[in-house]
Amino acid sequence: MTPADRADGVGTAPPANVTRNPELTPRTRHQPKRKLADNESVLAKLFLLPTVIGIIGLVAFPFVLAILFSFSDVTTGNPSLDFVGLRQWRAILDSRVFWTALRNTIVFTVVSMALIVVIAHILATVLVKDFKGKWLVRFCVLLPWTTPVALAAVSWLWLLNSIFSPIDWVLRWFGLIETNLYYLGRPVLAMGSIIAVHVWRIVPVATVIIMAGHMAIPGEINDAAEIDGAGFWRKLREITIPLTLPISAVAVLFGAILTFADMTVVFILTRGGPTQATQVLSSWAFFKGIEGGDLAQGAAVALFLFPLLLAAAILILRAVRRSEVI
Amino acid sequence: MARAQNGKSFSGGRIDVTNQAEVERIRRQRRRRTRGGRIALYTIAIIAGLIAAGPFIWSAITSFKVDPDLYTKANNPFIYNLPPTLEHWRFLLADTQFLTFAWNTFWVGFLVVSITLFVGLPAAYALARLEMKWSGPLGIAIFFVYLIPPTLLFIPMTRVVGNFGLLNNTWSLVLIYPTITIPVSIWLLTGFLKGIPKDVEEQALVDGYSRLSAFVRVVIPLAFPGIVAVIVFAFTLTAHEFIYALSFLSSTTEKTISIGVPTELIRGDVFFWQSLQAAVVFVALPIALVFNLLLGRFIAGFTMGAVKG
Amino acid sequence: MAHVVEVRGLKKHFEKGDIRAVDGVDIATREGEYLVLLGPSGCGKTTLLRMIAGLEEPTEGEILIGGNVVNGLPPRARGIAMVFQSYALYPHKTVLDNITFPLKTTIEDRAERREKAGWAADLLGIGGLLDRKPRHLSGGERQRVALARALVRDPSVFLLDEPLSNLDAKLRTSARDELKQFQERLGTTTIYVTHDQVEAMGLGDRIAVILNGKVRQIGPPREVYSHPADTFVATFIGSPPMNLIDRGDHLLGFRPENCLPIEAMGSNGDNLLEVDMQVHRIEYLSGDRHVYATISGLGPDDAHVITRIPATVDVAVAEDRTQRFAVHEKDLRFFDGDTGALTDSRPVRT
Repeated sequence: MTPADRADGVGTAPPANVTRNPELTPRTRHQPKRKLADNESVLAKLFLLPTVIGIIGLVAFPFVLAILFSFSDVTTGNPSLDFVGLRQWRAILDSRVFWTALRNTIVFTVVSMALIVVIAHILATVLVKDFKGKWLVRFCVLLPWTTPVALAAVSWLWLLNSIFSPIDWVLRWFGLIETNLYYLGRPVLAMGSIIAVHVWRIVPVATVIIMAGHMAIPGEINDAAEIDGAGFWRKLREITIPLTLPISAVAVLFGAILTFADMTVVFILTRGGPTQATQVLSSWAFFKGIEGGDLAQGAAVALFLFPLLLAAAILILRAVRRSEVI
Repeated sequence: MARAQNGKSFSGGRIDVTNQAEVERIRRQRRRRTRGGRIALYTIAIIAGLIAAGPFIWSAITSFKVDPDLYTKANNPFIYNLPPTLEHWRFLLADTQFLTFAWNTFWVGFLVVSITLFVGLPAAYALARLEMKWSGPLGIAIFFVYLIPPTLLFIPMTRVVGNFGLLNNTWSLVLIYPTITIPVSIWLLTGFLKGIPKDVEEQALVDGYSRLSAFVRVVIPLAFPGIVAVIVFAFTLTAHEFIYALSFLSSTTEKTISIGVPTELIRGDVFFWQSLQAAVVFVALPIALVFNLLLGRFIAGFTMGAVKG
Repeated sequence: MAHVVEVRGLKKHFEKGDIRAVDGVDIATREGEYLVLLGPSGCGKTTLLRMIAGLEEPTEGEILIGGNVVNGLPPRARGIAMVFQSYALYPHKTVLDNITFPLKTTIEDRAERREKAGWAADLLGIGGLLDRKPRHLSGGERQRVALARALVRDPSVFLLDEPLSNLDAKLRTSARDELKQFQERLGTTTIYVTHDQVEAMGLGDRIAVILNGKVRQIGPPREVYSHPADTFVATFIGSPPMNLIDRGDHLLGFRPENCLPIEAMGSNGDNLLEVDMQVHRIEYLSGDRHVYATISGLGPDDAHVITRIPATVDVAVAEDRTQRFAVHEKDLRFFDGDTGALTDSRPVRT
């Protein structure tokens, strides 16, 4: 094969000794300069340029700005960036609310994710099978995900209302409780409520992702396991779960980020109460920074999210890589 | 074989097929297990459906309740103790800015999704197909951007938006939301594109198309499930977003559903509960219907993207 | 003689009878035999195999293993072992774990399991690969692991679903040979599914030719080859396929190698059918000559035929020339014009 025959030599002339069949001649018969639309290096740069500009301008720059803020005394009244050293950081680390918020952020995420993983796996196992009314169950299970978080949280605000909660009504009706539970009024119950709402809204996403993982396992492997004598539980333990581990990890990562970085649920349900018991880093940053006007401290509090997220991401990605089987 | 013969529950291994009594026992056990499995399956499915949809069913019922019915502790929250009314729906649609919120959310979503695809698809293609030395590190960098959530950047971002003169303007969302949607979309699309075999593209190149042409005419149609996944995901992220909208927007007419409903339908201590629930139902149902239609495609796109990415 | 596997009146229908994957099959295997289920894609052979395995339940009919009805029993209770087309090795487990997996239900002692797995691995020549994962194995090695995993179950019957189709062509022939030797050594009854008639002819003690869910013929390779029960079997088996000439109300058939130039046919002229063939093209394949020609006069239309002249026959044949060929009467086959079934001889001279 001469160089002229190479597939990427579009537009080059065929060798002289080949009789030209007019039907087979490519559109470009002569040798033009390589067009811009072919120059892969330029194309690659062009395709990625908007993204890179966007990231630098609207992510990297604000990120740096946040760091600068945290070392300044910027407020909504005083917008100038005057350097004040570690003053803001010390103030944060000295405040009790910060440590509560840090603890809550981690606890809410870990507990939520643990529950979500278990529930989502169970649901995924159920939803991949065929049964009557499957579409209806699927529709229902997807609902929590389709609604904006804020709206769903508003619904839950009433469902957990200290006087009128329908949940309490049902519990009273069954005779399980006498007086209402103050879901949002007592610290422990409030934390549990926040976790419950997070679990409720993220299970759909996680289930869909894990379902995809289930369906990616070749049918013949399940057949072989059946023939080899593995019953339901053994198949689940030794085949299904190990093989869906990479994608479960992805689901966990998504879910963790969604929970960790969320302030909406706390904002709407408890505003961080009762007495800061359910405050998380992101909600506290909002109250301090936007509502309170202390931009510097707000930015500093928010920055604490980054190392935690980074650590979580690295851990999960490493777990995925290690369990790569294909 | 001893395991089966001593009458213990059969879990595996050969049995003596000539022993008819044994065979019959296994058959019955299997039927019982299958039936038990089915019962468990339906139970879980029903419970899951109820817990997931319960709040929405309740929302729908409540949106038609009159005040005295709702604000009575002893009343059954799931039935109409007093006749239902359309007043709250009317109030929501006519006397509040709800429809403005809905319209804002919609056109912002549309634009953001369009920008996401317009910027993200070529970027994903470049990373998946046009292998450059810096492709790998750049891909990782883009992914890590996803780890910088809005709740981290919202304070400096408010200032950036102010610098653009877009504070208290819905257009600020069109500018900023892509920073949330594009990294994830690139991640999904890159994985998805890598899963598409190269033959069809290479065929196009041989047939005389340029790289750019091949991308537009061949790759984009093939990537359809992935694109659907991105559209669904990006629109969801946009409609759900709360903190940026809350930080940038203060005027009622500029707000989106996500912040408009909680802030405008709660005037001080007065909650217009029934209208709030009507808003929830109004928003949830259409989105859920669309989701269900696209679920198949979405899973296809997401699996390839997430696993190979 | 005990039938190891028997199916009676087996049917599998889908979509309320619209799709008949298996439509009434009766087969009885013999002890230790290598039975091949042969047929084109979609003919129902795999569905049949899966029903025997217990992965699918039949709509009608009975499956018997060792003389006992096993309908309703899960696969693991039937004493069968199966090798899939993709081998279905557990990708996250080592070769050793793959092989010991089925033993976990019957043998409690880990050392004993390992010993048995080692025995199976050695038998198949993969003793050195026990610590590897499937993705680090070649196609041939993976196939052997699948066989070892099947072997350790001490099954009364092996079920194989096109296990050679994922190997490259060169490997396939040697793998075929090894497989046959392996089975003969063990003496276990084997049911083997394939669409490749060369494989079927090479491996089977008996071949069951299947089309549209029904068995068209079952018999030893020789019999299926030389006395096909109908036109489908006649053209499906043999490469090039049997030549069929339409003669109005019936079809006349003969195998390519039975039609030679008249000079090579010997002198018993009275039992020969002589035909003039217009030769179009000659292919030289592995020493034989494949002659593509047309015969006029045997039927209402011209018939395109292929004949195969072995290397041992020296007679010259030239393209674009008409030449006289002949077929022995005993090699002629007749098929009914409507049903395609094999019929008695008809007169051939015009």
